[in-house]
Amino acid sequence: MFAIAKDDIAVDELREKLKDPAAGGYCVFEGWVRNENEGHEVERLEYEVYEPLAISEGEKVLNEALQKYPYRKVYCVHRSGALEIGDCAVWVAVAAAHRDEAFKACRYIIDQIKIRLPIWKKEHYTDGNSGWVNCERCANVLHLPSEQNGKDG
Amino acid sequence: MKKITVCYFAMFRERAGVASETLELDADTAMDVFVQTRSRHGSDEPAGHCKVAVNDVMADWDSGVDDGDTVLLFPPVAGG
Repeated sequence: MFAIAKDDIAVDELREKLKDPAAGGYCVFEGWVRNENEGHEVERLEYEVYEPLAISEGEKVLNEALQKYPYRKVYCVHRSGALEIGDCAVWVAVAAAHRDEAFKACRYIIDQIKIRLPIWKKEHYTDGNSGWVNCERCANVLHLPSEQNGKDG
Repeated sequence: MKKITVCYFAMFRERAGVASETLELDADTAMDVFVQTRSRHGSDEPAGHCKVAVNDVMADWDSGVDDGDTVLLFPPVAGG
């Protein structure tokens, strides 16, 4: 299950949802708000989420992980709204029969979530400035050929 | 010309000053909408860094657009 949380992610409660007698491996990834990004001292940040598509795309990612690395149970929550340093921004947990599937599925899910879901991060810096953060992997994509050919009206 | 509702998010919304607007565009594809609204959402992001959805379904830049469609323009995402 994939969900968006407007308040603190209830990590301890969520962990109980992963319990499965057939699971021998449990892997969890927590993404935390860090106090620094690219030389800027971060004070706090905000996530903007387009929920309808974030949830449907998030569910798609979980299903892809299931096909690639069969797991028993999965749960993923991403925050929206205002977060402080140290807050949990994203929580991915996978329970599988063995550790290999649990590690790999967890890694696949967090990597895909970062580059595919319509979620944006605005950082507020200690010097009073703020800025939208660009996904580092998206920035490697070149201009598309059709972009030059698109009708410019 | 087609009547297209364009929705802007995050930095695109801040630059456009509105979350959505309905425009008359000579657009065949999602890319045409992106290019023709550049002066609204800002011109410094190449489409390859951005994403698009048509009528609440993730789409490709060469996806067709019809009269009455809603095109959602997503600036570079940064979840996690």
